[in-house]
Amino acid sequence: MTIEEILQTPPFSLDKAAKSSMLTERLMSLTQRHIAACPEYAAMMCGAGFNSQSCESYCDIPFLPVSLFKALDLKSIPDEGVFKIMTSSGTSGQAVSRIYLDRVTASNQQKALVKIVSEFTGSARMPMLIIDSPSTLKNRAMFSARGAGILGFSIFGADKAYALDDDMNLDLPAVEAFLEKHRGKRIFLFGFTFMVWLHFYKELQKLARKPDLSAGVLIHGGGWKRLAGEAVSKDEFKLRLRDACGLADIHDYYGMVEQTGCVYMECERGHLHASAYSDVITRNHIDFSPCAFGESGVVQVVSVLPESYPGHSLLTEDEGVILGEDDCPCGRKGKYFHINGRLQMAEIRGCSDTYAVTR
Amino acid sequence: MRLHGDLESVLGAPPLAPFDDAVLAFFNDLSKALTMTREYSDVATFGFWCRRAALLKEKSKYDDLDCRLGRGVVFHSTPSNVPVNFAFSFAAGLLAGNANIVRLPGKDFEQASIILGAVSELLAGKHRALAPYLFFVKYPPDKALHDRYSAVCDARVVWGGDGTIAELRQSPLKPRAFDITFADRYSAAVIDADAYLSAADKQGIARDFYNDTYFSDQNACTAPRVIFWLGERKSEAKAVFWASVRALAKEKYSLAPVQAVGKLAAFYRAAAHIPVSLQERGDNYVTRVGVENADAGLMQYKYNSGFYFEYDLSALEDMLPLCGERMQTLTYYGVSKEDLSAFFSKHRPKGVDRAVPMGKSMDFALTWDGYDLIRMLSRKITIL
Repeated sequence: MTIEEILQTPPFSLDKAAKSSMLTERLMSLTQRHIAACPEYAAMMCGAGFNSQSCESYCDIPFLPVSLFKALDLKSIPDEGVFKIMTSSGTSGQAVSRIYLDRVTASNQQKALVKIVSEFTGSARMPMLIIDSPSTLKNRAMFSARGAGILGFSIFGADKAYALDDDMNLDLPAVEAFLEKHRGKRIFLFGFTFMVWLHFYKELQKLARKPDLSAGVLIHGGGWKRLAGEAVSKDEFKLRLRDACGLADIHDYYGMVEQTGCVYMECERGHLHASAYSDVITRNHIDFSPCAFGESGVVQVVSVLPESYPGHSLLTEDEGVILGEDDCPCGRKGKYFHINGRLQMAEIRGCSDTYAVTR
Repeated sequence: MRLHGDLESVLGAPPLAPFDDAVLAFFNDLSKALTMTREYSDVATFGFWCRRAALLKEKSKYDDLDCRLGRGVVFHSTPSNVPVNFAFSFAAGLLAGNANIVRLPGKDFEQASIILGAVSELLAGKHRALAPYLFFVKYPPDKALHDRYSAVCDARVVWGGDGTIAELRQSPLKPRAFDITFADRYSAAVIDADAYLSAADKQGIARDFYNDTYFSDQNACTAPRVIFWLGERKSEAKAVFWASVRALAKEKYSLAPVQAVGKLAAFYRAAAHIPVSLQERGDNYVTRVGVENADAGLMQYKYNSGFYFEYDLSALEDMLPLCGERMQTLTYYGVSKEDLSAFFSKHRPKGVDRAVPMGKSMDFALTWDGYDLIRMLSRKITIL
């Protein structure tokens, strides 16, 4: 199958056997492509003793730890072909990932995103309320993960408004004007999980007269790490938002800047789903063998999209557990899973000071 | 806990002769107090090291102590993440005849509390004459405090690596004072394959290797990052050696997921730049990275938690490109002292300050990183 054909496939229609043969063919071909076009990747595969002959399944393709995209400039296209560079949102001072996109990969990312998300929101564009501040998008030269997320999901929005001002305060007049303008229509809300909670929900809570968002669908992502101090569970997040503004159609998603486009959406049953365009494999950290369903491990993600950079098979720094495959009660095919969170930092011994370098 | 000492007393304490009787008596009692604690092997090791008999043996290695006195005040900045290093550091300062300002590790280690408790008790009682010679301080990096202690000391001993050294060097010393710095270093091991294969106690060798490496997450400057192989039957020896190390690590080492992922990333980082090959695909306890060229740049790809470069030698001199100034310790198995000695005198490497038998890499000695601490922290008086 060509990538065009793959992207024509409805995202949750392939069963295990069909998906596996499609992924194996496509990911093997991407591996060959990156070996031919990215010298660093070729050297890594050679050093690891990779032999395509002994690869029976896409599960046998080596996975690169995502941190490599911080340490190295990995791309499979000439400099002239770089259309944009995506960066992860690191805190200041930390290295950020740099992901090189050409027009084809960028466009396929958008196509995949539309296909996947439409399964949850419908294909009609809706008025979009972004739970963030307009300034997040101002620096267009470098796309932060948050900016990229907003921009990526903006294709589902018709008329757009921001719920927060540049100082991250709830811009209630703007929100009310927007809701008034689109009264009676379905509203698409998008934001990062911690922004939605800290700067939106918590402010709504303080209001005497809360806006009515019962006609809205919220998609949020970016992880729960920054809400760890708030001790809010997934269920409580949904419950409290519904109580605060009537918002009942809420979907978390899992995704990363290294594999933009292939998001993993949370279904009505609270499960994250792998689409036909990507997959998750959890691996035992002792020998990197695949975990059984139900067993927690380090999350590997594969994606059919990356042509401009060797990011089609990656080992994340997240821990997760695969709950099942092809049999989620929501009816979607493919694996469904849960992300437990970031891998715990380990305290490494040694002579060199940690306090001198971590300030 | 209130920390023992004050600045005024330290500055008023007159120098002592190296290995002063009162100092040896103090350490002997400290040794007794510490060897009673069984919970921490590093505390017990320090306790065993500072007993009188051991220190007298050290003393006997010096032939010019009669005409030596401590320099005055030594300011020690000890590493934040090694629990008992501060004790060896102040012991060297005190044995050389100095009063000591000791900046303790940044982290709260139970081991440090145990040692400090015993020291305080001895200095408040039987050994109160030595009370002015020790002053313990604990503070996060702070320029004003670095300045204060640096301005009054006669020698500054800085552990903790390049970052801390650069930071302390912002604080001026008195004109005659100087630094002894323990910078970021790395280490290697050399194993003779044939000697290894004929060894009876391969379990013991694995244990020694484990103590040199995994015990410190292979992240101490003394921990071998590269393994050199000598001899004829190298591949056979490697197979046996790594199988026994792997089995031991599996039994004793706790490998966190981030360490496993970090090692894989470290391998790929190296592979992207230099010709290396992953040596076997077992579990993640041992990561073996075969190296084609022993190039000086190799060590920028070093990693920890059981990540080893391996390089085959036809003779010891093949190690030379890696024996630059950053190389600290060479642990050896099956190589004779004569051969090592000949290597140093013939090839005169810029680095490698110690060659020690496998299993002994962490043993502290009064000559460390090439510095003779007793002589450097005392002054020699000439009377003509």
